[in-house]
Amino acid sequence: MENIVIIGNGIAGVSAARHIRKLSDKRIIIVSAETDYFFSRTALMYVYMGHMKFDHIQPYENWFWEKNRIELVRAYVNKVDTNKKQLLLDGSRALNYDKLIIATGSKPNKFGWPGQDLHGVQGLYSKQDLDLLEVNAPNKDVCKRAVIVGGGLIGIELAEMLRSRDIPVTFLVRESSFWNGVLPEGESQLINEHIKEHHIDLRLSTNLKEIVSDDNGKVKSVIIDETGEELACDMVGLTAGVTPNIDFLKDSGIELGRGVKVNRFLETNVSDVYAIGDCAEQHEAIGNRRPIEAVWYTGRMMGETVAQTICGNKLEYKPGHWFNSAKFLDIEYQTYGWVFGARGQKDYEEQFHWRHSSEKVCVTVSFHKETNLFLGINTFGIRMRHEIFDRWLTEERDVDYVMEHLTDANFDPEFYKQYEKEIVSKFNSDFNKSIQTKKKSLKRIFQLK
Amino acid sequence: MSNYDRSMALTGQPPTTLSRNQKIATLIGLAGLAVILLAAFNNSFPNKGLWLSISLAAISTGIIWFSWDAYSNKEPGIKNDGVWFKSISSKGFWGWIAGIALTSFYIILYFYPEYLGLVAKGDNKGVIGLFDPLSRLLSGNPASQWFVYGTLYTVAILAFGIKFMWKYRHNRYERIRTMSVMFFQTGFAFIIPELMARLNGSSVLNGGSLPYYDLKNMWPLNYYNFEGYRIKGFLSSGDIGFALLIFGVATIFIISPILTYKYGKRWYCSWVCGCGGLAETAGDSFRQLSDKTVKAWKVERWVVHSVVVFVTLMTTAVVYSYLGTDTSKYWLTKSTFLIGVAALLTTVFTLVMIFKREQLQQDAKYGAIGYLVIILALIGIHFFSGEGNVFLFKSETLRKSYSFLIGSIFSGVIGTGFYPIFGNRVWCRFGCPMAAILGFQQRLFSKFRITTNGGQCISCGNCSTYCEMGIDVRAYAQKGENIVRSSCVGCGICSAVCPRGVLKLENGPLEGRIDSNQVLLGNDVDLMSLVNKK
Repeated sequence: MENIVIIGNGIAGVSAARHIRKLSDKRIIIVSAETDYFFSRTALMYVYMGHMKFDHIQPYENWFWEKNRIELVRAYVNKVDTNKKQLLLDGSRALNYDKLIIATGSKPNKFGWPGQDLHGVQGLYSKQDLDLLEVNAPNKDVCKRAVIVGGGLIGIELAEMLRSRDIPVTFLVRESSFWNGVLPEGESQLINEHIKEHHIDLRLSTNLKEIVSDDNGKVKSVIIDETGEELACDMVGLTAGVTPNIDFLKDSGIELGRGVKVNRFLETNVSDVYAIGDCAEQHEAIGNRRPIEAVWYTGRMMGETVAQTICGNKLEYKPGHWFNSAKFLDIEYQTYGWVFGARGQKDYEEQFHWRHSSEKVCVTVSFHKETNLFLGINTFGIRMRHEIFDRWLTEERDVDYVMEHLTDANFDPEFYKQYEKEIVSKFNSDFNKSIQTKKKSLKRIFQLK
Repeated sequence: MSNYDRSMALTGQPPTTLSRNQKIATLIGLAGLAVILLAAFNNSFPNKGLWLSISLAAISTGIIWFSWDAYSNKEPGIKNDGVWFKSISSKGFWGWIAGIALTSFYIILYFYPEYLGLVAKGDNKGVIGLFDPLSRLLSGNPASQWFVYGTLYTVAILAFGIKFMWKYRHNRYERIRTMSVMFFQTGFAFIIPELMARLNGSSVLNGGSLPYYDLKNMWPLNYYNFEGYRIKGFLSSGDIGFALLIFGVATIFIISPILTYKYGKRWYCSWVCGCGGLAETAGDSFRQLSDKTVKAWKVERWVVHSVVVFVTLMTTAVVYSYLGTDTSKYWLTKSTFLIGVAALLTTVFTLVMIFKREQLQQDAKYGAIGYLVIILALIGIHFFSGEGNVFLFKSETLRKSYSFLIGSIFSGVIGTGFYPIFGNRVWCRFGCPMAAILGFQQRLFSKFRITTNGGQCISCGNCSTYCEMGIDVRAYAQKGENIVRSSCVGCGICSAVCPRGVLKLENGPLEGRIDSNQVLLGNDVDLMSLVNKK
């Protein structure tokens, strides 16, 4: 029986394991140094906030693994010997494989800031980071102020977490506006305002110069690069992005870039070794995607794809239309297709932006300047139906069609206020058009004959 | 597990303390309760009406002020911070204290009302005496333990309803739904029946007197609706009484199937029902305590459907007991009634097995067959053995045991008393025969479903954790499947707490409603067809 070993029990590794089990009878072993059981990484924040206990963020009950004959090994992989097809676990044990899937995810970036390894300085990625946060910032008496460095998704989550325990937070963001490398200006602005509503001390265009130690090697303060200002704090969160977690592969002969280099079949340069999820790096980016996609959904899709390949049905990783979502404090964000921030905006891309006059709700639609082709949509405070936008993108609808049928795409709970009329009327006045919104049609949404 | 896991308990000290305003609010609320407690110790208040008003006002003020302080200075959004750190909402010390206090209250209420001051002949004393002025104002009669309970129940739904609406002020579905349960509790369950009692003996009712009737409370939730004394009451009260009797039959056989087909059982369970109303308002803080394991689900299915069988047998026996045998006097006789019941159950069973067979799990089929055989056999035994006790026991024995085991112990003592331990929907999930019947309709004959939004689920678990019915919502959502479950009461909280906008309660076409195919969008079409190959 073929021996499949998966390093990493995150969404990518576990999706691969589940699908290999569905398709075959192979022996499956998952090795993880982080936790005994799979958990939802994106939900770690809710454990600190008290919304859930750690048990709740484990999607499967503990009997699931044995029942499905997926063996779980709690160990750290020190080395991969691709010639002997062997892993070295915890510096002592050896584990043989016939096929190896590397799904080790990421680790927080550290950019060589002075003091970045002091006590009280941490990232937020793993279960261990969460446990460490309970030590560094259990409450506002132990942690009188926290400083977060890096304005991305993890940074704002960490800020929300700390605020849930009333800990004062200073949020240092290098960019001139929150996450504006990704978000268009209007949206980024809306989030800036919302961050301040939550009493977070947001400092834009601000860089960290150094982290200052007290006499015990613990963080005492940070110094800001631009102004030289020194901010006293008890905890520093480093959330300036993540990097593939692949140090243990250095001398394995597996080709590495920033991540593990893979082709479209998710194969590495060494036969029978695959890499998926956050740690995989495509030789060439797929479409508008990045070569390394550290996103929950892509991890899952790669896991499903590699399972097919391993079970004898060699399959290319061919992700469909891009989508993603996040929540910024109280504001939900969804995106379908491509809408770029100012920095990445394509020269053919035209954007339409609408924002509600008083509520924190806005929409940006992006379309082709010449052909009017619908390219993508970002929504804040409105939920949209994934299936509908996926369909419209596949059918290559133009932006007028999208505006006309926008009500079909709304996925907000029943009785919610509808904004489509306002949105379309602004679109009409911005682009001198006279589109009328159609009434929501279940027939169209569910494609009934 | 690693020893890291313990750090949570050792050092986690989130802000679980009360603010100054909340302390004062608690004090006021407790003062209101203290008045009732003093009354319970037979402290006779001089001006009962005044003291009752003071007490109820203080309780409401306490609850409302407390919630105002908790939510008013925060941005609209999900307010679950610290839920699992607070002892009251995480089965800690205060949770157990509250559970024990509530349970004791129910035991006294159901079995020892004399300790509350009920006096059969003469003036009420104690707590019940305190409520006399309000009862006289509404119905003209002195209070009973049920009037006391009804009043406190209504106050709880109203005050905690306001709390719930503040908590979810960003969510219109939740606000409107809560207004609905507040309205139905106050109007239909509390005021209208009391006012109806004023009509008793009047010429409008031909001098008859109607049984106490909460119009929204339908059989089998009010399992007593077709008992002999009530039928007599209805029939003695002229056209109005007769209309109410017809309405009672229509609610279960005509009105509820239609509404459930269109909207799912939520139209009742989380918009109208009093039990649901209390669970959604006063019980909201405990919704996360429901058990989500597969094991709990297996127990739930057997227990709740057994209650349906029990209530069916019991009601049949009770109705049978007061029917006559002479067709010339009244068309409905003992035997026609029994044959009718057998025919109805067989028809429903046959139709389901023919048209919906593939939607039932194997053990559900066996269960259904088993129970049908038992019911038919009991009816058969009765016919072939001649006169005697229908269903082996005296109808009165059946009625009494049902009323004791299900009506009192299950729905009251365990159902509500154990809110802080088992969650707020224990009764609705494991015990309510009404919920089971509506759930059966919802699963097989309804447009309602919770739609999963393509591939957006991140398996975080908020939906499952906050599902009061113990449905593992995430198990469906992470596969891209719609959630079509008979137990879902449509409270909408899974959709509210979802951080990624994945879940939507909606009434849509039957076609494609139960889609066991994984439609995780984001993958290309080839992969999806492979993944779906069984």
